[in-house]
Amino acid sequence: MKAGYSYCEATEAFQISYEIPPAQLEPGLYRNMSGNQALALGFVTASQKSGLKLFQGSYPITPASDILHELSQYKDFGVITFQAEDEIAAITSSIGAAYAGALAITTTSGPGMALKTEALGLAVAVEIPLVICDIQRGGPSTGLPTKTEQADLLQALFGRNSEAPIPIIAPATPSDCFWAAVEASRIAVKYMVPVIILSDGYLANGAEPWRIPDLDSIPDFKVKFATDPVDFKPYRRNPDTLARPWAVPGTPGLEHRIGGLEKQDVTGNINYEPLNHENMVRIRAAKVEAIVQDIPDIVPAGDPDGDLLIVAWGSTHGAITAAVKAQRELGHRIGHAHLRNLNPLPANLGEVLKRYKTVLVPELNMGQLLWVLRAKYLVNAIGLNKIQGRPFKQSELEQKIAELVS
Amino acid sequence: MTTATLPVLTKKDFQTDQEIRWCPGCGDYAILAAVQAVFPDLGIKRENFVVVSGIGCSSRFPYYMNTFGFHTIHGRAPAVATGIKAIRPDLEVWVATGDGDALSIGGNHTIHMLRRNVGLKVLLFNNRIYGLTKGQYSPTSEIGKKAKSTPYGSLDRPFNPISLAIGAEATFVARSVDVFQSHLKDTLKHAAAHKGSAFVEILQNCNIFNDGAWTGITEKDARSEHVIQLEHGKPLVFGKNRDKGIRRKSDGDIEVIQLGNGITESDLVIHDAHHPRPSYAFLLSHMEHREGFPTPIGVLRAWDDLPRYEDVINQQIRDVQAKRGTGDLAKLLRGGDTWRVEAR
Repeated sequence: MKAGYSYCEATEAFQISYEIPPAQLEPGLYRNMSGNQALALGFVTASQKSGLKLFQGSYPITPASDILHELSQYKDFGVITFQAEDEIAAITSSIGAAYAGALAITTTSGPGMALKTEALGLAVAVEIPLVICDIQRGGPSTGLPTKTEQADLLQALFGRNSEAPIPIIAPATPSDCFWAAVEASRIAVKYMVPVIILSDGYLANGAEPWRIPDLDSIPDFKVKFATDPVDFKPYRRNPDTLARPWAVPGTPGLEHRIGGLEKQDVTGNINYEPLNHENMVRIRAAKVEAIVQDIPDIVPAGDPDGDLLIVAWGSTHGAITAAVKAQRELGHRIGHAHLRNLNPLPANLGEVLKRYKTVLVPELNMGQLLWVLRAKYLVNAIGLNKIQGRPFKQSELEQKIAELVS
Repeated sequence: MTTATLPVLTKKDFQTDQEIRWCPGCGDYAILAAVQAVFPDLGIKRENFVVVSGIGCSSRFPYYMNTFGFHTIHGRAPAVATGIKAIRPDLEVWVATGDGDALSIGGNHTIHMLRRNVGLKVLLFNNRIYGLTKGQYSPTSEIGKKAKSTPYGSLDRPFNPISLAIGAEATFVARSVDVFQSHLKDTLKHAAAHKGSAFVEILQNCNIFNDGAWTGITEKDARSEHVIQLEHGKPLVFGKNRDKGIRRKSDGDIEVIQLGNGITESDLVIHDAHHPRPSYAFLLSHMEHREGFPTPIGVLRAWDDLPRYEDVINQQIRDVQAKRGTGDLAKLLRGGDTWRVEAR
């Protein structure tokens, strides 16, 4: 590189040159990291912070395979990676590992997510911790395996038979994937619930500088399994989280049976009674809603109120940030609420939406978060929808913003 | 693992208070009784048993066993059980499944579990029908089977579960029958003693949706004439008067011969359950499809020279840790090229 530079300088090959000053970064030690790598590192970190063995059951699929490759290298950390025979064995083996007391994860893309739906329902029904990573790509079906898209949100929210709510976290940048992995693991074991991380091909393969955190600054979340056999009940809940106890096989006196059939609360005995079923459906929904106590209020970047609020999620973060910055410099009052928690949504989101004249939801899909916001908050939000297997360009966003604020 | 303080367990310790939902007369009661009779004597603490099932009448099994139990989803029990074993190789994990659960929707997981030699004991209750969903044909139903979804007769050639398991190179393959209580208990004990995957097909009668599927074997006289009870090291003899046997032909195939007229037990095949190659066991597994041959029951194959999958997984981790240490997370996060940004 230096030889090329010296040659061009000596021969005056370029009339115009550019000098790029160093980026304004917080002081610290940095490394380059891709989104998939960040997920892997985040899960190893979560494993240490929870004191649990990490188990990954996965099947190769673009663009998620690298997570399996990466984690399979960490055997010195005691990580067990299992390349299962198919996507369903990938998630069901992870469910078995979670049942046995591991921090269990499974990673895939859209088509694999579709295959896993029945097993996701089982994880919801037996209330065990599990983290599922969907690295979204162009669909439908085989679609565009190497192109980015964010069209699995409604699948993540609703893609099970019957009522099977699952919390969803969507990292916004490659390095945010690290924090998403840690947070998802924390929520999974605290609430005894499967958690979906929605990433995409752009974040997975994209890279950015990451300020390496001091490990001590990341709080522990050591897990305590149930041990007391006196009056043990497999579905007796923690009043704050509604989580049931994590009673792993091999624990004397705690012998019990769990399964996908509907059960009575507290005892866990199979029960088909009408009011019991409604009670259980509502409890499982309430448990996911209870996670809102661990989700910070959303504070929009930019203006706290004004002409336009952009609500978005996932990998559109960078382009939107740049577009909003440019448009605000023209004097428009614009806020940008980038949601990391898509289920449950932050408690104050409804109130925030009301503070702006217009709400714009740019998405790399046909309008999925748009659908959710309109239904949940009765807000007349507008979509900007691009489904080309490519991220938004800043100019595309600015064009729409300009149109809406004029 | 046994300990000096292991309490004496009885059948009662393994019974639950749940109302059993199987139809009166179902063969599953007999299988439950046999399992509850065998478990107490295995020298394993009750809390270390896990019974995993899929979906089907077979798969109601965990609810009636007072151990840890997991009623999963259709066909997926072997995969769930593999995950359990990977994390807890010390647990004693049994899988209750059926002809539909294991060989139809679960076929893929069944063969991979066997190929990997995961240390699971698999009990496949074969009643040649789908009982829980009330009477459709199954992958083990005979051609021409008239059932709810095949009113004009099934067109599918059935699987032979034993042949399939041997084809997947299962290291332990056995067959017993729900009503042969003492043989069943014996077979379960052999399975329990096997380290790797133990595949046991149990011929079971569904008296509501497929009554009499196995009377050709279980009727009083049928047992001696149409069944051959395999015992390692013993010649292959059957018949009410123990007057028929299996002999090797010069082309490697086998034939049924009548003893007497100079033909004695020393001319017969001596059953070798421990043969390292599966082809002999496969040859035996096909007998029941051949005119004049008996159905084999007992242990067809018990070759324990392959490590359990859960052990090699965990051994590989220990080997890596022995070479590289137990992982420094702070160092891992600082991996790759790093650079420092100074305060301005």
